[in-house]
Amino acid sequence: MTPLLSLRGLTKAYPGVVANDNVSLDIAPGEVHALLGENGAGKSTLVKMIYGLVKPDQGDMQMHGAAFAPSEPRAARAAGVGMVFQHFSLFDALTVAENIALGMENAPRLRDLAQRIREVSDTYGLPLAPDRIVGDLSAGERQRVEIIRCLLQDPKLLIMDEPTSVLTPQEVEILFETLRKLSAEGTAILYISHKLEEIRTLCDAATILRLGKVVGECIPRETTARDMAEMMVGKVLGTPTRAGVAPGETVLALQNLSLPSPSAFGMPLRDISLDLRQGEVLGIGGVAGNGQDELLAALSGETTAPAGMVTFKGQDIGTLGPNARRALGVLAAPEERLGHAAAPDMSLTENAMLTGAAREGLERRGFLDWPAAHSFAERIIQAFDVRTPGPGNAARSLSGGNLQKFVIGREVLQRPEVLVVNQPTWGVDASAAAAIRQALLDLAEGGASVIVISQDLDELMEIADRFAALNEGRLSEPQPTGGLSVEQIGLMMGGAHGMEVAHV
Amino acid sequence: MDLSVINPILLTAALMSAATPILLAATGELVVERAGVLNLGVEGMMILGAICGFAIAVETGSPLTGFLAAAVGGAVLSLLFALLTQVALANQVASGLALTLFGLGLSALLGQGYVGIKPPRMPDVNFGFLADIPIIGPILFSHDPVLYLGVLLVAAVWATLKFTRIGLILRAVGENHDAAHALGYKVVRIRTLAIMFGGACAGMGGAYISLIRVPQWTEGMTAGVGWIALALVVFASWKPWRVLLGAYLFGGITQLQLNLQGAGVAIPVEYLAMSPYIITIVVLVILSADKSAAPGSLGRTFHASH
Amino acid sequence: MMRLEKRPQPSRFFAYATPVLAVLATFVFGGLLFATLGKDPVQSILTIFWEPIFGEFAYFYRPQLLIKGAPLVLIAIGLSLGFKAGIWNIGAEGQYIIGALFGAGVGLAFYPVESFLIFPAMVLAGAFGGWIWAMIPALLKVRFGTNEILVSLMLVYVAEQFLASMSLGLLKNPEGFGFPGSRNLQQYASAHNAEIITGSGMHWGVVAALIAVIFAYVLLTRHRLGFAVRVTGEAPRAARFAGVNPSRLILFCLGTSGMLAGLAGLFEVAGPAGQVSIDFNVGYGFTAIIVAFLGRLHPIGIVLAGLLMALTYIGGDIAQSQLGLPAAAIQVFQGMLLFFLLALDLFTNYRLRFGRAETA
Repeated sequence: MTPLLSLRGLTKAYPGVVANDNVSLDIAPGEVHALLGENGAGKSTLVKMIYGLVKPDQGDMQMHGAAFAPSEPRAARAAGVGMVFQHFSLFDALTVAENIALGMENAPRLRDLAQRIREVSDTYGLPLAPDRIVGDLSAGERQRVEIIRCLLQDPKLLIMDEPTSVLTPQEVEILFETLRKLSAEGTAILYISHKLEEIRTLCDAATILRLGKVVGECIPRETTARDMAEMMVGKVLGTPTRAGVAPGETVLALQNLSLPSPSAFGMPLRDISLDLRQGEVLGIGGVAGNGQDELLAALSGETTAPAGMVTFKGQDIGTLGPNARRALGVLAAPEERLGHAAAPDMSLTENAMLTGAAREGLERRGFLDWPAAHSFAERIIQAFDVRTPGPGNAARSLSGGNLQKFVIGREVLQRPEVLVVNQPTWGVDASAAAAIRQALLDLAEGGASVIVISQDLDELMEIADRFAALNEGRLSEPQPTGGLSVEQIGLMMGGAHGMEVAHV
Repeated sequence: MDLSVINPILLTAALMSAATPILLAATGELVVERAGVLNLGVEGMMILGAICGFAIAVETGSPLTGFLAAAVGGAVLSLLFALLTQVALANQVASGLALTLFGLGLSALLGQGYVGIKPPRMPDVNFGFLADIPIIGPILFSHDPVLYLGVLLVAAVWATLKFTRIGLILRAVGENHDAAHALGYKVVRIRTLAIMFGGACAGMGGAYISLIRVPQWTEGMTAGVGWIALALVVFASWKPWRVLLGAYLFGGITQLQLNLQGAGVAIPVEYLAMSPYIITIVVLVILSADKSAAPGSLGRTFHASH
Repeated sequence: MMRLEKRPQPSRFFAYATPVLAVLATFVFGGLLFATLGKDPVQSILTIFWEPIFGEFAYFYRPQLLIKGAPLVLIAIGLSLGFKAGIWNIGAEGQYIIGALFGAGVGLAFYPVESFLIFPAMVLAGAFGGWIWAMIPALLKVRFGTNEILVSLMLVYVAEQFLASMSLGLLKNPEGFGFPGSRNLQQYASAHNAEIITGSGMHWGVVAALIAVIFAYVLLTRHRLGFAVRVTGEAPRAARFAGVNPSRLILFCLGTSGMLAGLAGLFEVAGPAGQVSIDFNVGYGFTAIIVAFLGRLHPIGIVLAGLLMALTYIGGDIAQSQLGLPAAAIQVFQGMLLFFLLALDLFTNYRLRFGRAETA
């Protein structure tokens, strides 16, 4: 049987890096094929070639045996390829129907389109009202918009790029039902992910990429997650070590913290209570868009809270700004590396001054001590193995992983009493991620308290003592992580948002 | 002081005329801003349109040709702005200011030989007996064609933005240029076209002042009306019909203060002359609350980086 | 096909080269403009740029550089602080006028008393006038989120009307034979902003400008507030994270630029201009915007840019009388300079890549 899609010897190089090196793979009609690999392995570039965003330097592609070389996404869509990106291309202020119309070639009139949207969403178990404003939707619902947009164009091959990073476990199961139905109808699915257990559940075949090359193929159901992981990374993985510490007194307490959302499409915080004990790592899980940024801003001091809601060692710090909190020892590292945690066009020295002024003595009566900031930056670079020519380099010149190491290292070296981090290893390569996690654990072991907000449940299960879930601005009751099951976690994270199982 | 000389019917008719230049410029700028671009060069484009329109009208004897020339002139100048902001990725605020300064200078230069000349008159549209109906006649049926064009323009822009695909695409580009680019839409091309449309409208607005309102050419004759148009877009919350309302309001105040001056009201001339600007500020403040209506990418530079 | 690729590091070479290249490009295109006007391009450029410094009457024109340059530099320094932070004070012209009105008003109130305290009082009044006029857009922005560009600009027109009203009314010279305009402050010794070194063009405004430059330099490089300004302009979210209070920054930047513009107005009305009149303001507030950008928002750059712009004004006047070059041509020339600067600035952060079109 001729494969639906056949890639032979695809190669693509950019200055300084070979993104794809002689990659070949076949996908049969109706097959669910996983594309596995670390960040930087070349998965994105490969699918961009299939989708017509990038032209290969060498090699060729065939669809149903005929040559296939789309020059732009439009051509790929016309050939029957649909793609749901990891980062959605949605317009918050427009309706669902308008968003879908924009993603289609020959969009029908809005009224007809609305009808078709309703039909497709019912058939595949993805309920969506066409006239809702996209900005009001949850992350899972927004993904539905993207999927329906693709389905309306009758794709033969559906490419999904890290689809479950924004879903609760229950929503993941429902998505899988939808994908299985599509597969049964003959639509092939190219599933990009690094979530090994999911791939083992869903996929028929897997191709593993490392550093641009195909390093293995396997049948996920017959391979262990550990074997797949080791093929992805190329070495035996070590797990971070954590000496269990009995937690001490309550250091930071949130009591009925409620704050309105700072922006039109943000999430308000509702009645959040937690107590963070000395020496513990508290993990807060939840899919993006449920209040993570807002919670970090409330803890860092960017958003102030009314009296009595945020206390540190008995002292009310709700009304204090970021620098006053830093002086007390409450530090934070936001999710967005470039633009929030660090100023992209400023040097590492200046970025060290950004948050280190208070605790590292870099400022005296308003005047800044640049030589001291320079040496602080150098210390961070040394201690955290940040690959950069020097502290004079702009933050934007660093790779994602190195910048993240700098940003986290900057806070860790300031000897915090409480450190709050948001998505500490997002988009970071495996070894840098392991180093960051170890640094957080070491910090806790030294007596500090850490709050880790993360979408990566595996990460939280690995390093957190207690776990709570953030859902629609509400925080669940923290539970000890040992012994928590996936079902329990899913329920804590709020279950599915109004989804039904696909109508077969 | 004799308030009886102020005739409300004539006042209304006059305010519609006073509002037209702002209306034209503001409607054009509304389209530009809905596409996500802030063009502060409206004043420069208007004054350039004023001189282009005037000069061509005088040379050819046809005010209509003058208006077309004004539209072209405004569009060409706006092309410079498009080059700066869409290709050279320059800061939009600075580029708009540069445009204004350049436009003011260029228009003064071009207008050297045209001071004191009378331009050819543009006759009012002949509605026949309709113009004789009391009250409604002078207000609705006694104007020049460009005034009616202004109102039609507002309607056309409203309909296009709301109902057509091109309108949807323009709004999408203004909301989230990265997403629009990812979907394959040519952001730079769409924005450049929008900018040129805005330039053409502003040019015509300027020509209205030099060919119909005054009608004469003087250096700097737009006197800040371009800035008022910019303010108008903001306090109309980027909605076309509100631009019409705002323009009439501003036109009304401008006309009223002129009439009050003429009526010998006891307020010094300078304070009356200030009033339109102060009222603009007040309205801006009151309506600042509706910030959420601003297009998401307004003012942000777009560079397809991946 | 050409593509623009973002540089990993801003290019230091281009940061310095851009203004120079912009000036050269303006020479070329400005020359073309003059040629189309029927004037010899080379002679025009020489008249504008060479004559005032090295020509026959340079001894007269050189001091004019300081006289015209000082207000430009003073205002531009203030503007640059705001622009760097993304706070756009476009109404410096209005703040300049109000500063002049307050300062002159205080001086004239004391007439004919002579005392060494009067001038300092005028200086304070001028600074206060400009400051308060800038506080209007500042407070409206902080409290209501109103766009400061539009408010500060509207206030320019309001200020111009105040100027007219004062010239014809409150501040009118009672012994002026009915002509509009105030008493001439150059004849009122205690109020006169005289030259400190005769014939050099250096009056107290020049001194103030120099102090402002030093102050701004130290602030931006070594002080927490200057750092706050820079971070806010480059990465607003990072600034909030660093603990910068955006409201206080807005008040500071607008207030300082208003104060400096007001001072420039005072020094001008008590010095070179001499009296409050309807056409007292000549557009320094707007030209200062060009100076600020031309100087790349850097204190030293602004000094050089201010002198350059002053040169174009003076040279332009000479060209007008000697060559018949229209005054508006100089305005076009200045606008062109800003255009080229903005366009060439692209290369500081991006480089051109020639190669196959690829969207990766």
